[in-house]
Amino acid sequence: MAEFREQDYNKEFDFGLWKKLIHYLKPLKKEVLILAIVMIGVGGIDAIFPLMTKYAVDKFVVASNIDGLLKFSLAYGVLVIVQAINVWLLIDYAGRIETTMSYDIRKAGFQRLQELSFSYYDKTAVGWLMARMTSDVKRLGEVISWGFVDSVWGMTMMLTTMVIMFYLNWKLALITLSVVPVLAVLSIYFQKKILKAYRKVRKINSTITGAFNEGIMGAKTTKTLVREEENLKEFEAKTAKMRESSVKAAIFSALYLPVVLTLGSIGTSFALVFGGKDVLLTTISYGTLVAFISYTVHFFEPISQLARVFAELQSAQASAERTMSMIETEPDIQDTQDVVEIYGDIFNPKSENWEELKGDITFKNVSFAYEDGERILEDFNLEIKAGETIALVGETGSGKSTLVNLACRFYEPIAGEILIDGVDYKRRSQLWLHSNIGYVLQTPHLFSGTIKENIRYGNLEASDLDIIRAAKLVNAHQLIKKLEQGYDTKIGEGGGSLSTGEKQLISFARAVLADPKIFVLDEATSSIDTEMEQIIQEAIDKLLKGRTNFIIAHRLSTIRSADRILVLRDGEIIEAGNHQELLRTKGYYYKLYTNQFMKEEIV
Amino acid sequence: MSSLKLFWSYMKGNRLLYIGALVSVALATFFSILNPLVLRVTIDSIIGDKPLDLPRLIGEVIKGFGGKEVLEQNLWVAGVIMVGLTLLQGIFLYFKGKWSAIAAESIAKNTRERLYDHLQHLPYEYHTKAETGDLIQRCTSDVDTVRRFLAVQFVEVGRAIFMMTFVAIIMFSLDMRLTLVAIGVVPIILAFSYFFYKEVKKSFKDADEAEGRMSTVLQENLTGVRVVRAFARQNYEIDKFDKESSGYRAKCYRVLRLLAWFWSVSDFLCMLQIGIVLIFGSYWAFEGSITLGTLVVFVTYEGMLLWPVRQLGRILTDMGKTLVALGRIQEVLDEVREEENDSDFKPALRGNIKFEKVYFEYEEGKGVLKDISFEVNEGETIAILGATGSGKSSLVHLLARLYDYQQGSIKIDGYEIKDINKKWLRRHIGLVLQEPFLFAKSVKENIGLARSDVRDTEIFEAANNAAIHDVILDFEKGYDTIVGERGVSLSGGQKQRVAIARTLIRECPILIFDDSLSAVDTETDATIRQELKKKKENTTTFIISHRINTLAEADKILVIDDGKIVEAGTHQDLINKEGMYKRVWEIQNSLEQEMEVG
Repeated sequence: MAEFREQDYNKEFDFGLWKKLIHYLKPLKKEVLILAIVMIGVGGIDAIFPLMTKYAVDKFVVASNIDGLLKFSLAYGVLVIVQAINVWLLIDYAGRIETTMSYDIRKAGFQRLQELSFSYYDKTAVGWLMARMTSDVKRLGEVISWGFVDSVWGMTMMLTTMVIMFYLNWKLALITLSVVPVLAVLSIYFQKKILKAYRKVRKINSTITGAFNEGIMGAKTTKTLVREEENLKEFEAKTAKMRESSVKAAIFSALYLPVVLTLGSIGTSFALVFGGKDVLLTTISYGTLVAFISYTVHFFEPISQLARVFAELQSAQASAERTMSMIETEPDIQDTQDVVEIYGDIFNPKSENWEELKGDITFKNVSFAYEDGERILEDFNLEIKAGETIALVGETGSGKSTLVNLACRFYEPIAGEILIDGVDYKRRSQLWLHSNIGYVLQTPHLFSGTIKENIRYGNLEASDLDIIRAAKLVNAHQLIKKLEQGYDTKIGEGGGSLSTGEKQLISFARAVLADPKIFVLDEATSSIDTEMEQIIQEAIDKLLKGRTNFIIAHRLSTIRSADRILVLRDGEIIEAGNHQELLRTKGYYYKLYTNQFMKEEIV
Repeated sequence: MSSLKLFWSYMKGNRLLYIGALVSVALATFFSILNPLVLRVTIDSIIGDKPLDLPRLIGEVIKGFGGKEVLEQNLWVAGVIMVGLTLLQGIFLYFKGKWSAIAAESIAKNTRERLYDHLQHLPYEYHTKAETGDLIQRCTSDVDTVRRFLAVQFVEVGRAIFMMTFVAIIMFSLDMRLTLVAIGVVPIILAFSYFFYKEVKKSFKDADEAEGRMSTVLQENLTGVRVVRAFARQNYEIDKFDKESSGYRAKCYRVLRLLAWFWSVSDFLCMLQIGIVLIFGSYWAFEGSITLGTLVVFVTYEGMLLWPVRQLGRILTDMGKTLVALGRIQEVLDEVREEENDSDFKPALRGNIKFEKVYFEYEEGKGVLKDISFEVNEGETIAILGATGSGKSSLVHLLARLYDYQQGSIKIDGYEIKDINKKWLRRHIGLVLQEPFLFAKSVKENIGLARSDVRDTEIFEAANNAAIHDVILDFEKGYDTIVGERGVSLSGGQKQRVAIARTLIRECPILIFDDSLSAVDTETDATIRQELKKKKENTTTFIISHRINTLAEADKILVIDDGKIVEAGTHQDLINKEGMYKRVWEIQNSLEQEMEVG
């Protein structure tokens, strides 16, 4: 299990990556096209307004003639209305693109997360995945849609302005625009600096999020350890670092605007000084000078906008890389093409082609190791008959859970094969196998929602009656009935308001409802009191009939009735047999068993 | 306007910086407004032939340079003045940016720390019900919304106000009539912005909540990935997520739709206003009642004036967002901290405990513990057996004051625990929870967590006592292995043992094991108990367990059923009495019988 590390990402602009993202714009072709047209309209009209002023000044005031003022007013009014409609369209369409794109990326991400194997989850923190799916995707949607808006607008505006300026007076235009290259170079320099600073900020920010996560999840433990002050001190060190780097980044940004403004004013001064001379020499008209000056002012805004868009794109690149790398991760366990063709994938299962699962399981020369870990199983062989109940006994780390994980195909062997009903399970779809598994975990996981909904998770078609029947079978019914709203009681995230025992009972009912062919009880009853366990035990005995069962339990009462008990140590079966047989051999199992009743400890 | 008060209170400690930023922005605005005037004078009177109808001061300045004739030949002077003014504007803008950033980041820092501290001090009960994802969102993205507003938008309000004031003054001084035409739309835009802000606030909140719901589904799916897979519910989960995700999309789109209306309407009003000024101005200039220069200045200033007014609308909507975020933060901060009204009483505690007619309930009228009375002497071990939900965990939680009882009394060494300082009390109680949490630190740090002066040898010893030492040494990086969410995931039993080790190291006079050996196998369970026995002399120990042989060696065993003590005594006492203990003992004992037969 590799330690989780924040990756470092490319600093250079990665066109290939953005191309992949653009792929998500494909279904939005129409919207993008309309938006582009609208933005060209907005930029164009914005550039025309100063011309309107020039026209009014030259035609009505300087020429002292108000013929056509009404027409002019009407034209102006039309422009204003068109522009207002443009603005409405631009936000509406950019909004559509933004929300749809985020939605699509999230959907792809979520689907991929449903396919990825446990080996991925072992080395990836939930918080990390959450951040990719929420804030990173949000950011991508925003940057791409609004970045597109700003860049089309900026370029249109610049181009139109430039054309008009050259048209008005190309010499003056050249002089005025001489500052543009300087501005462009400085802009890129600054934006890169700013970007780098903010990247650092975000890195620290993610440690702060992590600290909050831990602070909240561990609050109960913190209380029992009386560690509030120390925790706060550690947290303060993080926030102090955050402030320092944020301020640094903000100062860079604060420097940038004055630079743009000053350079812009230099351009305007050029226009004034050289243009002024030309007016004095009467080579250009008075109105032209006025228009020219207002254009120089107009010209610099889009440049800083474009620089900002570019910087934002670059800073969003980290988000893009992380999100795309998640979506592009290939699951370690995949069904082959042939298998998918016959049995379907997880999104479109062809369950009509699924064979009935009987429940014979065979481990044939299986070897297994977790990623970067030592071998857990080596050349392991085991044959389990359908309907057999197998109990797994052994110390923590002896390979009990691994065995079950392999049988369930949550992991695959790195050598050898596992046969189900005599066929290598890689030749069947994962979903087929998983649909036939019932699983009760040591730390049961419930979803927020009602108790009823949680039990129904085992079988979505189950009626209320089925649910109650399942709950009764595991003796959860009375406990649930005791709650004020019974089966409709809402449980919080992770089943917060219930005790571990209660959660286990509900997860038990859920598994019962699934009516699986293969049943796994992973230390499921360790927090249920003995008396209740006894009652459940009877229910289990009935339930286990006709299924292949794996039981991992520390308390031997649960194991006694198993058909076969496997004692594991370091990935090997050191003893095997039923309860009586194993006691007779007086080996490890015998020791373990008698240990539970160490007489000398009873006063 | 209590929300504004709230803002004000958040600014505490940074108000001076904000004043500095506001002054800077005022000066920057002032210089930016001078520029068009310089331009006007240059165009009208230096390049053109208009007489200088200017305040005396500027006339003197121009004369100082040598009058119109010299300046006409040296137009660069006007250029330099313009660049100089812009430079001044830039410098003050820089200070504005810097100071408001420092202020906003400091406020964000304080808020984060307050939240963190507050969350840690909220009652235990709060944390059993808290939705982690939602809280994290409040602590991170909501704080960030507030920070952004304070760093950028807040000072912009000042800028807009200064800009309007300066421009209005200059306009009035130039032409009264045209000014009235020029600012006619301002109140309409402001009113519209305010109206809109009220509307959009709700939508923002809806979108936030939709995002929260989506995050919850996501989080539960990720943490419950095993359950999802084991039941092959991938498609069901995808549908569930899709429902929330498209709900979130719809809410976001609605917000943007509203914004589209806002921007198009306010842009329409602004552009219309500029048009009106241009048309009326042109007509009046044609009439001769204003000069051409005035018209040019008006048109220029109109843009300057409307820009911040329009901006105000945006700031107002951002403020709406910010107030929602602030409200969500405040909601957390308004939760009552558990140490409120806590006493400062810190007596020496040794571990004689007396429960007397204790009554406790989580919800009114639903007693969880009723009439609980028992006594434990220093150094004794007391074991508790009870059915799931019988109240045994609640009982030990009361002792550590994770909850407070409603009736009766609990005394340690004769002191009522409600009178004892909470943290002081907890320092003397080592409570190992059923589901302990490990922090994202090394195993060593996790074990040494509760004491700052801990030596390595002590850590190894505690780990040894908790039967986890050898397991840790087997890890690739041994004691430096990072555990917790981002590190190696330990099994339930390993976690419990690390938790026991970190509790043992605290050397508390009272130890409580709240079913904290449930995930450990029996052999290890026995080893740990042997070690404990060797170690403790004066430690009062509570053990909650379902395993009879774990309970049997206790000095006193309590059997709890439905919140009441139904049996009490030693192992010998209880197995000779009909009751739950005997039944459980017999069930577990029957195994033993069977073994002997075998």
